[in-house]
Amino acid sequence: MQTKRTIFSSKVLPYWLILPQLAVTLIFFVWPAGQAVWQSFLREDAFGTSTQFVGLANYAAILHDPGYLNALIVTVIFSISVATVSIVLALILAVAANSLLKSRSLYTTLLVWPYAVAPAVAGVLFWFMFNPTIGLIPYLLQGLGYHWDDRLNGTDAMILVVIAATWKQISYNFLFFLAGLQSIPKALIEAAAIDGAGPAKRFRDIVFPLLSPTTFFLLVVNVVYTMFDTFAVIHATTQGGPNQATNILVYKVFTDGFIGLDLGSSSAQSVILMLIVIALTFIQFRFVERNVQY
Amino acid sequence: MFKKLTLAAAALALSASSSFAATQITWWHAMGGELGKKLDEIVANYNKSQDKYQVVASFKGTYAETMTAAIAAFRAKQQPDIVQVFEVGTGTMMAAKGAVYPVYQLMKDAGAEFDPKAYLPAVVGYYTDTQGNMLSMPFNSSTPILYYNKSVFKKAGLDPNTPPKTWEDVESFSKKIMASGAAKCGFTTGWISWIQLENFSAWHNLPIGTNENGFGAIDSKLSFNGPTQIKHWENLKKWQAEGIFQYGGPEGGNDSGPKFYSQECAMVMNSSASRAGVVNNAKDFEVGYGMLPYYADVKGAPQNTIIGGATLWVLKGHDAEEYKGVADFFRYLSSPEVQADWHQFSGYLPITQAAYDLGKKQGYYEKNPGTDVGIQEITLNQPTANSKGLRFGNYVQIRKVIDEEFQALLGGKKSAKEALDAVVERGDKLIAEFAAANK
Repeated sequence: MQTKRTIFSSKVLPYWLILPQLAVTLIFFVWPAGQAVWQSFLREDAFGTSTQFVGLANYAAILHDPGYLNALIVTVIFSISVATVSIVLALILAVAANSLLKSRSLYTTLLVWPYAVAPAVAGVLFWFMFNPTIGLIPYLLQGLGYHWDDRLNGTDAMILVVIAATWKQISYNFLFFLAGLQSIPKALIEAAAIDGAGPAKRFRDIVFPLLSPTTFFLLVVNVVYTMFDTFAVIHATTQGGPNQATNILVYKVFTDGFIGLDLGSSSAQSVILMLIVIALTFIQFRFVERNVQY
Repeated sequence: MFKKLTLAAAALALSASSSFAATQITWWHAMGGELGKKLDEIVANYNKSQDKYQVVASFKGTYAETMTAAIAAFRAKQQPDIVQVFEVGTGTMMAAKGAVYPVYQLMKDAGAEFDPKAYLPAVVGYYTDTQGNMLSMPFNSSTPILYYNKSVFKKAGLDPNTPPKTWEDVESFSKKIMASGAAKCGFTTGWISWIQLENFSAWHNLPIGTNENGFGAIDSKLSFNGPTQIKHWENLKKWQAEGIFQYGGPEGGNDSGPKFYSQECAMVMNSSASRAGVVNNAKDFEVGYGMLPYYADVKGAPQNTIIGGATLWVLKGHDAEEYKGVADFFRYLSSPEVQADWHQFSGYLPITQAAYDLGKKQGYYEKNPGTDVGIQEITLNQPTANSKGLRFGNYVQIRKVIDEEFQALLGGKKSAKEALDAVVERGDKLIAEFAAANK
């Protein structure tokens, strides 16, 4: 490994060069995040006309709130389901597309398309398809003897949001897996084939272990995705219902803060979310970046 | 540098236009679609009628979004003069004493002609303080009524001119309709919270909460987990299992309309302001109108229904000149001609007696049967402490709690008693939090 070092003649110039980036970070991240932390220690009426400092009372209230505990469990189930399903499906699709010679780029293009669809639009699409009154899929399921109702059945609702969120994420994972597959040296696979290893064995013993850094990276990224970017999917489909069955943490922050106008509790919840993201980012840098080697 | 220049130019242009033109009055509202167009027409007519003030109306999304936008704007000192707030936001607005300019005070300060007695008591009662002062200007108020499919009634051998009076009728009519094959389901409903709990309680003269349904004090408790409400929710659950009742979804119940229009359900309970939509969508059948059903064995039922919809709140922080304009605009909005026109177009209740009388004189109610069912319901009896409305803090969230617990009931997770007890327990906690934040 070699390092290049450029010596700047001016001591001030480097600071000027990073200033725009710093300014953006300070104004759009540090400042609002700081406000959220400050707000989380306050109890305020909606208009901000009376403010009291309540210390950690908002945090204590959240931790004793069964609704918050429920949102935490829902988020875990939702993230793990979306991450697992989208990673497994993306891997299968990537392996399949990678084995094609001529039509590989065509399939790649087609499979990446859903990523260009905005989450809210994806949500609305699936909401229509699965709508118990006007949707096609409940009608078909009825023929199979299953009564689909995501309006009242929490499990159905969860399946709906998992499908909508997964559908979009498969494209992203697919791209990474395809790139990962293509960077596996052909020589390794050919050597194993000569030694008599079949396709399944080759995948299990060579391809998958070499893909594991990619998989781990995607796991972290997908969990972050399901915790934050799926807001629009939830908002366009179930709005956290029925009976909070799909009320994920970030959606609860929104409803408590922007519908319920309880800014203190909403801020405290977003501070907790921020800590979770910091932890995930730390894990990613500490373990993933270090292990990425081909 | 360029940005600074354009900003300066814009500021100059703004100050220039405001010094030459009429005083601008900003109004944020939540009326989309046809109602929004009608509202713009009213504003345009007002602006044409005089040249001192110019009202600028902006559509800000749903009720919740409009309210949130106004509150955020207030915190940033960019608030509009007038904001339209839905009835469940009343508790929040009322508690915000530093932010709200009460309408009675505004009218007095501006010296505008204003007679609070001209307004229908059932409407303004919801928006007056305990001393009887009107805090906001009623604009669009509605009340739930029953719509039914006359053609299906006829097919099922029922009298198409007799809507069900009681819940017992609803059940027996529905069974007859379903047995005859005239429709697949008896009834559906919009607004579980507003119609099947709040109005249900008022209609049966049962308390919704302590302190006169929250009108008397900020730290009230809910009480709609009484035996009658439990019985009603039990019945809804039973009727759902039997197919008599179909759930139309949370909040406004978006699926309830289509179920009625497609003739899947023979009856629907929804806002009187849905009338225009119902008539437009009921292409292949005739619509009948009735009052909400009640349980015959409950003493004092039917009492009167309560209203929903929105009122106009004035926010503090502007000059006296602008408030004079607001007062003048409110005077215009309450005039019988404007009110009668708005009421007849939209299905919202007339807010003044004069507007109602004007409609009668025009023969509007005879020509359009069903349009006065809502008015009859809210004026059926002198409102009692149980039936003049409700006023609790954090009620937007409590509405959500009601929807969630109703879903738990229909989903088979809870019994009616458990669900309603949970509504009260969770609701009380929200009210207590609100009281603590607004000490």
